[in-house]
Amino acid sequence: MSEEHKLSLHVPEPEVRPGDTPNFSNVVIPKAGSVERPPVDVDPKDIRELAYSIIRVLNRQGEAVGPWAGTLSDEELREGLRHMMTLRAFDARMQMAQRQGKTSFYMQHMGEEAVSCAFRRALEPGDMNFPTYRQAGLLIAGGYPMVEMMNQIYSNEADPLKGRQLPIMYSSKEHGFFSISGNLGTQFIQAVGWAMASAIRNDTRLAAGWIGDGSTAESDFHAALVFASTYRAPVVLNIVNNQWAISTFQGIARGGSGTFAARGLGFGIPALRVDGNDYLAVHAVAKWAAERARRNLGPTLIEYVTYRVGAHSTSDDPSAYRPKTESDAWPLGDPVIRLKNHLIVKGTWSEERHKQAEAEILDTVISAQKEAETHGTLHAGGKPSTRDMFEGVYATMPPHLRRQRQKAGV
Amino acid sequence: MPRMTMIEAIRSAMDVTMGRDETVVVFGEDVGYFGGVFRCTQGLQQKYGKTRCFDTPISELGIVGAAIGMAAYGLKPCIEVQFADYVYPAYDQIVSEAARIRYRSNGQFTCPIVIRMPTGGGIFGGQTHSQSPEALFTHVSGLKVVVPSNPFDAKGLLISAIEDPDPVIFLEPKRLYNGPFDGHHDRPVTPWSKHQLGDVPEGHFSVPLGKAEIRREGTAVTILAYGTMVYVAEAAAEEAGVDAEVIDLRSLLPLDLDTIVASVKKTGRCVVVHEATLTSGFGAELAALVQEHCFYHLEAPIARVTGWDTPYPHAQEWDYFPGPRRVGEALLEVMEA
Repeated sequence: MSEEHKLSLHVPEPEVRPGDTPNFSNVVIPKAGSVERPPVDVDPKDIRELAYSIIRVLNRQGEAVGPWAGTLSDEELREGLRHMMTLRAFDARMQMAQRQGKTSFYMQHMGEEAVSCAFRRALEPGDMNFPTYRQAGLLIAGGYPMVEMMNQIYSNEADPLKGRQLPIMYSSKEHGFFSISGNLGTQFIQAVGWAMASAIRNDTRLAAGWIGDGSTAESDFHAALVFASTYRAPVVLNIVNNQWAISTFQGIARGGSGTFAARGLGFGIPALRVDGNDYLAVHAVAKWAAERARRNLGPTLIEYVTYRVGAHSTSDDPSAYRPKTESDAWPLGDPVIRLKNHLIVKGTWSEERHKQAEAEILDTVISAQKEAETHGTLHAGGKPSTRDMFEGVYATMPPHLRRQRQKAGV
Repeated sequence: MPRMTMIEAIRSAMDVTMGRDETVVVFGEDVGYFGGVFRCTQGLQQKYGKTRCFDTPISELGIVGAAIGMAAYGLKPCIEVQFADYVYPAYDQIVSEAARIRYRSNGQFTCPIVIRMPTGGGIFGGQTHSQSPEALFTHVSGLKVVVPSNPFDAKGLLISAIEDPDPVIFLEPKRLYNGPFDGHHDRPVTPWSKHQLGDVPEGHFSVPLGKAEIRREGTAVTILAYGTMVYVAEAAAEEAGVDAEVIDLRSLLPLDLDTIVASVKKTGRCVVVHEATLTSGFGAELAALVQEHCFYHLEAPIARVTGWDTPYPHAQEWDYFPGPRRVGEALLEVMEA
């Protein structure tokens, strides 16, 4: 065997590591407004290039441009800004609460607020999301009470999940938010099943599946695409590409494929790639996909290109694997600032109103937190009962569990 | 009353529930047009349409995962995994999702699904058409696990399982699909048409989950068995001349502990029989429970006759399968103690 034919294993590496200068020169950012908006009944093979581009609405000047602009009124946009600011303030308070020992764990959304907040606006009552642990914007924008979220995070006596779930693993059927699982990817195929059920029952409702860039490598992702494609399920399949899966850069999950969106093409599913930090673009794309699903035209795969600004969780330190200033260099900026600037450019918002809104939102979050804390925090105050631990395993408690509950003295 | 094979009884259970409840849907690999590789779903697609009974891609995780989503919507999927040996790709969906959704969502979402899978050996199925993975499910809180041994129970238990609000693993001993089998592979097999337990009502009826059935009354020793092993146990008792009480557990989880305890307290002896491998098999749980609840009534150590701790072999089928000779030896041994 000759020397030059010896095999070697390729292990992808991010461009930079701690101590290096952040470098996103390989991220190609098309100009805002430059990507076409096809009709919703388009043949997936006619829009292949959309899986390799990035749909953007807001330009550098903060103006909304191109065919994807104009899906929201000024009032709706101001409300959207408020949702994102609320999620950010909520994150900050809960992050702090974890540091103060009031809960065991938290995960922030910093930099990704537009994705879930804008998507939620494209849904109708009765639609169902199958979220991951980083889409709390669906709840905030959907009007779910913040106090309930905090009660869950604190595992207190008012926790709607009775202290059984790790913090942030929310569940609200009423708000179209399926129970979050710690097992990655599982919900993606479940979303397809829910959508199939809606179609079987000739309903009008759709499902939305959510997954991160890292978890697309799970088998459930593949199963979801096969089933969605085969049965033309009314589902929107969302991939949030925030560049990082804990310490692993997205190139490890993506491999040689150009984009995550491109994975949809092989399944015959129309695939869009969108600027995840552009509230207007996210909403426009979500609306397009939702309309497709509702018109029984089948599934859509969407890749949201964004950046995970915060640590993976309160148990993570990103400075161990990426440059500290990398998020500042992210070319798609900050979703809150970009929408704020857009509204200011339109003359429907101002720095003063923004500051005032920030203060109001902080007040709201703090008062919700105070209310939640009257019901207890993880190690202090009111707790769910030990009895609750035994309930709900089955619809009716079987004899062996009754014996165990008795042994536990409850 | 018509005589049915276990296959026909299982099909009838799905037919009856689909007819009564339009939220019941049936799907899996080759389940739709073709009617299943074991004919268990034959005619259902023609009768109820393609959206109630359909074929799926070959993805066990996809089948179970989609069913979980449908159940969250409000349907009652009764799905098939072609062989229990192929359930492992779906294990995460079953253990981490189906079993826990009610608990983790505090009842906001539930998972009323049935996962049917042909199980067990004695058919020269080799390593991947013979396994008995029940212990992998009885160890999971939130699941129910059922193993019928005859057509009547198969239909009644499957109807109960479909109507149950919780996820049920429904293991069908494929060795019993066409007739009872006592392990005497050298003798001709009797079809269900010649067996009283082949009498199955046409319409709706149910056999409750969590209730065992005493198949043979006896006073000397209690045999705990399920599936194919019920017939092996009966044959072993007759051939060894031991007046054994044979209990067909039917439901492994929830388990009918009362019937087990009452029997062992009466007999003072207990033999546990299953096809699955010995170590950490369901027999270990049964032995522990009997020891815990009947300690002062036991006159001999509890014996277990099971498959060996090896993968299920092909050529050595009858050296592996715990037949009436091995069970009979255990009965005599327990009686001598």
